[in-house]
Amino acid sequence: MMDRVKAEKQKIFRSNMITFGIVIIAYIVVELMMQTGNISSLFKGLLVPLCTYSILAVSLNLVVGISGELSLGHAGFMCIGAFSSATWSMLMKSSGMPEGMRFFIAIVIGAVTAAFFGFLIGIPVLRLKGDYLAIVTLAFGEIIKNLVNALYFGVDANGPHFSLEDSMHLNMDGGTIIIKGAQGITGTPKNSNFTIGIILLLIVLFVVLNLINSRTGRAVMAIRDNRIAAESVGLNATKFKLLAFTISAAIAGIGGALYAHNLSSLQALPKNFGYNQSIMILVFVVMGGIGNIRGSVIAAVVLTLLPELLRGLSDYRMLIYAVVLIFMMLCTSAPSWIQYRDRIMMSFKLKSTDGKENK
Amino acid sequence: MATLLKVDRLGISFGGLKAVDGFNVEIEKNELYGLIGPNGAGKTTVFNLLTGVYKPTNGQIVLDGDNITGLDCEAISKKGIARTFQNIRLFSQLSVLDNVKVGLHNTNQYSTLDGIFRTPKFRKVEREMDEKALELLKVFELDGYCDYKASNLPYGQQRKLEIARALATSPKLLLLDEPAAGMNPNETEELMNTIRLVRDRFDMTILLIEHDMKLVSGICDRLTVLNFGQVLKQGSTQEVLHDPEVIKAYLGD
Amino acid sequence: MYKKQLVRNDEVAKMMSFISYLLNGLSLGSVYAIIALGYTMVYGIAKMLNFAHGDILMVGGYTAFIAFNSLGLPIPVAILVSMVVCTLLGITIEKIAYKPLRQANSLSVLITAIGVSYLLQNLAQLIFSANPKSFSSFVPLKPVKLAGGQLTISGETIVTIVTCIIIVAGLVTFINKTKAGQAMLAVSEDKGAATLMGVDVNGTISLTFAIGSALAAIGGILLCSAYPTLTPTTGAMPGIKAFVAAVLGGIGSIPGAFVGGIILGVLENLAKAYISSKLSDAIVFSVLIIVLLVKPTGILGKKIMEKV
Repeated sequence: MMDRVKAEKQKIFRSNMITFGIVIIAYIVVELMMQTGNISSLFKGLLVPLCTYSILAVSLNLVVGISGELSLGHAGFMCIGAFSSATWSMLMKSSGMPEGMRFFIAIVIGAVTAAFFGFLIGIPVLRLKGDYLAIVTLAFGEIIKNLVNALYFGVDANGPHFSLEDSMHLNMDGGTIIIKGAQGITGTPKNSNFTIGIILLLIVLFVVLNLINSRTGRAVMAIRDNRIAAESVGLNATKFKLLAFTISAAIAGIGGALYAHNLSSLQALPKNFGYNQSIMILVFVVMGGIGNIRGSVIAAVVLTLLPELLRGLSDYRMLIYAVVLIFMMLCTSAPSWIQYRDRIMMSFKLKSTDGKENK
Repeated sequence: MATLLKVDRLGISFGGLKAVDGFNVEIEKNELYGLIGPNGAGKTTVFNLLTGVYKPTNGQIVLDGDNITGLDCEAISKKGIARTFQNIRLFSQLSVLDNVKVGLHNTNQYSTLDGIFRTPKFRKVEREMDEKALELLKVFELDGYCDYKASNLPYGQQRKLEIARALATSPKLLLLDEPAAGMNPNETEELMNTIRLVRDRFDMTILLIEHDMKLVSGICDRLTVLNFGQVLKQGSTQEVLHDPEVIKAYLGD
Repeated sequence: MYKKQLVRNDEVAKMMSFISYLLNGLSLGSVYAIIALGYTMVYGIAKMLNFAHGDILMVGGYTAFIAFNSLGLPIPVAILVSMVVCTLLGITIEKIAYKPLRQANSLSVLITAIGVSYLLQNLAQLIFSANPKSFSSFVPLKPVKLAGGQLTISGETIVTIVTCIIIVAGLVTFINKTKAGQAMLAVSEDKGAATLMGVDVNGTISLTFAIGSALAAIGGILLCSAYPTLTPTTGAMPGIKAFVAAVLGGIGSIPGAFVGGIILGVLENLAKAYISSKLSDAIVFSVLIIVLLVKPTGILGKKIMEKV
């Protein structure tokens, strides 16, 4: 039987390699297109966002698919990652630190800060179950957006100054104001590019896929499938849920850092860091298949590209997302729909074998 | 013979209702002990108290000289009590093999980082886990299903998998909650052999809840009868099953 | 003597403005409570969070707007039309999207509900465009001036608070005194047992959605009368906040929805006035998180234990 166990492992390994392969091939193709100039500026502008959304979709899938909890506040973690990393880059802009080094640290800061908040909110929240978790994460995302929009932050010779009122309340003695409330941060260095986005995506995929197929990932999925049974074999449910949530927040923070360094001005709008963004990421996860990491990446890319490429569709973009969401859930979870779906699939299978026999 | 489990005046009340009251039991090492009683007598509640799902309002639980009263599920599992559930609780989306490997979680360890970076330690421990899990599955003739999704197993096999998973935690005491529920006489017969095998092969002490009197009288050394949350009778199997009070409790007045 | 009078006047003015904030809070809280009732009833009976509830409110607002402004119907008729449209919408959504998922896990149902919410918002945007419509108040009452003109209470405030109290009292009576209400209680306790006792579970769930949606229509009209801009996302934030109110009060409990709504509305308005207008949302949501941590079942919620 050991060989069957090994075959199973081979299958997982192959599947992971395909995932990496798809990303790398897509990268090479796009790079070639860029070399030969066969690429529109519209598409070029979408490359980094595509990486960002893919990273976020993988991050949310870790919570929704693997840990089995619904988070509606992932845009909040992205927001934290974006603002913390951009603040660092602004602070170090004129320090003479090599750009690569500065950006690397910015990404780490984005990940660590988001992870810290993920941990902080996770401790109390993960004790709650199901629906409550969804609403608390939603509340958390709104709080973050709200706070960031009210936050003023500057540095002068006396050190850092914070205010939630306005720039006057910073009591600055010269120096520079970095975060200007609703205006956000302007002048972030544009360090993000497609290559870095792809590298980050590959790293995230490596971590998440290996995590899932390890002792820790098994524990997280066991708790998802049956919390009481998992506790009865000695697993600490809260600990593992918290671990998955924190890692997911860190990944969302990386996505945020990538996003922030692709724009020269960063603002916390409902569109980019609000509830709508969290829902959009959720659509990617649902569309790609809950728990299917590769699917998340593909769905993020397809659903971002489609409305952009088919300009006429862009008005209907959110409408299509909504229909997709409902339709996917009914198809995968409603018993009556599943029966119907299987009947159709069966008839297709029968037809195709009929065809073979006729030949 | 040494005592493995000593439960003293264990009780719990839910909002004033005493679900279990003054429950005593002493189980010897390597014993097959039965807990029987009419529906709603509080048998599963006793299991939930022993495994830490509920915290007792009073009384004491001593396992192998260790006072484990009031510990949570995770800690009690580590102290050496494993269980199965009346309504099967498997990790339904995981493979049969992985179900058992989750049971091995605390005995075969490597860190999360080992897992992410696929270190030599990860490979070594994973291989050990695979071997151990397969060995356990073989005992229950489940090794042929190792790559099945747990939810796709037939009912009887699911019950066995639950036992295999519980044994993977290397317990001192195994609690089985109605292992024969929903089985036909043939399957029950087979199950009795399996339970005996588990006891002999793993040198296990087993406490089981069961309604099937054939199974109870066939394999249990001693019995406790629970009625309305209290111990009605305790003693050797034959003695208890022929007690008029017990018969009355089962058949009603 | 004159100076003392001035200080007193100042204090009176402060007091009056506090009362005015409080009343506005009560009014907003009443709207939250009316919406929260829909959330809480549906949760109690169908055990699902109907995320689209806030958007039904928006549909109610648009329907009333069209009926009154475009079709020129009288106010009571416009209200009735809006309630009927929302009721039908609520029942349809339940039948098409939620009913097939009754046996599915809560994650699937929640995601579907989010999908429905989005669908309604975007359909409204296609039909009415994102440009706000200015909603003319449905409350013909003149503002009441008290304390020598120092305190003005708008007609909307009075009507909203009174409506909310009538609705809560009516619902409690309905559930305790009528057969349909008792059926609702039975279904919320145990669907299986209710079926065995001859309760029409599907009908009861439909009725719950119908009542909740009709209430959402009233909530929408009251909300738009007090805050007269109507957009496709009008329902989103009040919807989420009403949901917070339902959770705060203890989801599944009708008095809980009332208490939660009032607390939330008052808190939001006082926070806006005395702490920071920019941070009022953050404060409201922080309160939710704190309450859930201290008492996960909310203020008036019941503890549910999972059977092992």
